[in-house]
Amino acid sequence: MSTLAPAGRRRSKAGWNLLGLLVFATAGFPVYWMLNTAFKPAKDAIDPDPSLLPTGLTLGNFSRALDIADFWGPVGRSLIVSLSVVAIGIAVGTLAALAISRFAFRGRKVVIVGILAVQMIPLIAMIIPVFLLLNDLDQYDKLSGLIITYLTFILPFTVWTLRGFIVNIPKELEEAAMVDGCSPTGAFLRVVFPLLAPGMVATSVYAFVQAWNEYLYALMLLSQKNQTATVWLGNFTTKHGTEYAPMMAGSTMMAVPIVVLFLLVQRKMAAGLTAGAVKG
Amino acid sequence: MSAADTTTPTEVPPLMSVPPPSAPPTPRRRRGSGATPWLLLAPCLLILGLVMGYPLVRLVTLSFQKFGQSQLWGFLPADWIGFDNFTAVLGDGEFWTVVVRTIVFAAGCVIFTMVAGMLIALLLQRVSGWVKTLVNIALVASWGMPIIVATTVFKWLFDADYGILNALLSKLPGVEMIGHNWFASGPQGLAVIMLLVVWGAVPFVVITLSAGLTQVPAELEEAARLDGAGAWGVFRHVTLPILKPIIVMLTTLSVIWDMGVFPQVFVMRGGHPEPEFQILPTYSYDRAFVVNDYGQGSAIALITVLLLLGVVAVYMRQMLKIGEVE
Repeated sequence: MSTLAPAGRRRSKAGWNLLGLLVFATAGFPVYWMLNTAFKPAKDAIDPDPSLLPTGLTLGNFSRALDIADFWGPVGRSLIVSLSVVAIGIAVGTLAALAISRFAFRGRKVVIVGILAVQMIPLIAMIIPVFLLLNDLDQYDKLSGLIITYLTFILPFTVWTLRGFIVNIPKELEEAAMVDGCSPTGAFLRVVFPLLAPGMVATSVYAFVQAWNEYLYALMLLSQKNQTATVWLGNFTTKHGTEYAPMMAGSTMMAVPIVVLFLLVQRKMAAGLTAGAVKG
Repeated sequence: MSAADTTTPTEVPPLMSVPPPSAPPTPRRRRGSGATPWLLLAPCLLILGLVMGYPLVRLVTLSFQKFGQSQLWGFLPADWIGFDNFTAVLGDGEFWTVVVRTIVFAAGCVIFTMVAGMLIALLLQRVSGWVKTLVNIALVASWGMPIIVATTVFKWLFDADYGILNALLSKLPGVEMIGHNWFASGPQGLAVIMLLVVWGAVPFVVITLSAGLTQVPAELEEAARLDGAGAWGVFRHVTLPILKPIIVMLTTLSVIWDMGVFPQVFVMRGGHPEPEFQILPTYSYDRAFVVNDYGQGSAIALITVLLLLGVVAVYMRQMLKIGEVE
């Protein structure tokens, strides 16, 4: 490329940019079309010759989506489940991450390999025994049952991600604090914790998104009356058939807060990634 | 898979790692702390033992038991029936069709995801800054979309009568696609689902590979170019070998995720996938919760896990090799 004349190089750059824009359009189209359908008048959504551009702006589909089925109940339940999972996952996960990143002990490697292996098991393979377990513990159709089930995939994730953030905090800082008279706990709280906090926030948001998005366990372990937000959307077909415009409005309500949260922490997680830390 | 399915974090190794210091790193860790690390680990191991360990054992025992509705309600004890569930499952021609379909489906997803991801990552190195930002926003937005939302949106895009895709295709001269039902046949419907899976999975691959590409030293590529290597030669002999650890990890993770695709098929087919749409996860689900044969369902799930063990082994070996798990 260095041999190309400046004009040729500019031309090839324009070609790459064009290709890049094509990728942008293709990758972004489903998201665009969701928003487009959600805000267009419902009758335009069933136009056999749909216009690619917005045809008008209405919130009618949103109110229709809220009418078809109770929306806030499922959202409230999703919030309870996701927030509880994050709180437990971060608290328990931080302790475990400290153990495997700051201590040398017999069996450490076994624990690490175990945690890595656990997250390799597909959730779907576990649904039958998990269902029977919750049935036996009288936790079927209870949010507490779902919360503890979600920890199967959230906990290995938080442990491994936080471990990546902890490893990047120089041990010398802690050691210096201890030389100055801090106890190990004091050194953690005053030195490591403030440095770890941004990583913990990013990990929490990421774990929240994962718990919020989960579908299979929410579908199987809760009955219709206790359904969460993802299941609410999955069942979005009325007896009159599928009403796509309200369904896209419902999808928008589900996706936009999550995508925004995701955009906010993505940078932080990616920064960890390039530093040789962790990515999810 | 998409963000939601990106439930498993992966670790990208520092590519051009600094040579290890001659002193082993372990002495710097606190030693002789005795019970402390185990105390810290205890809550985590306790929870994982309950919600992961116990069900895993139960999965194995179930697959050797006769376990149906009566056993579920406790009317009858679960009888041990040895390998009967396995012989029944393995002796069923339907099962083998599903296995082959699952492997073809997952292989397609993985190959398209990795190739598209690699091409886009390479492209992003060559575009202007503003194009890069635009593409990144689109990628992160599609990555962050809940799988259920993405599935619903794709259902709408591919709708027979009012879907935008059929309308756009019909604008091409001589093409009349209005009313074409993409889900009338299994292969076509699964191709649409494959597109959905790939669309959701590509962002993770692109972003991880882009991070890896920034660590490929420009001097090495420059040197290869001066030695007369073309663009392909540079990629094949310089970039690819350096990226290999990341590629191995991304591929193994993708295989594991794509063999476990469930909600996309399930929701796309309105909760009742037709026989032509069955892949191992939905098949196991069907056997357990629709036919109410939990024993056979578990046997199918266990076979799926065993099929994946080889892939998991490659992943773990890679993790151990790059020294992240020292």
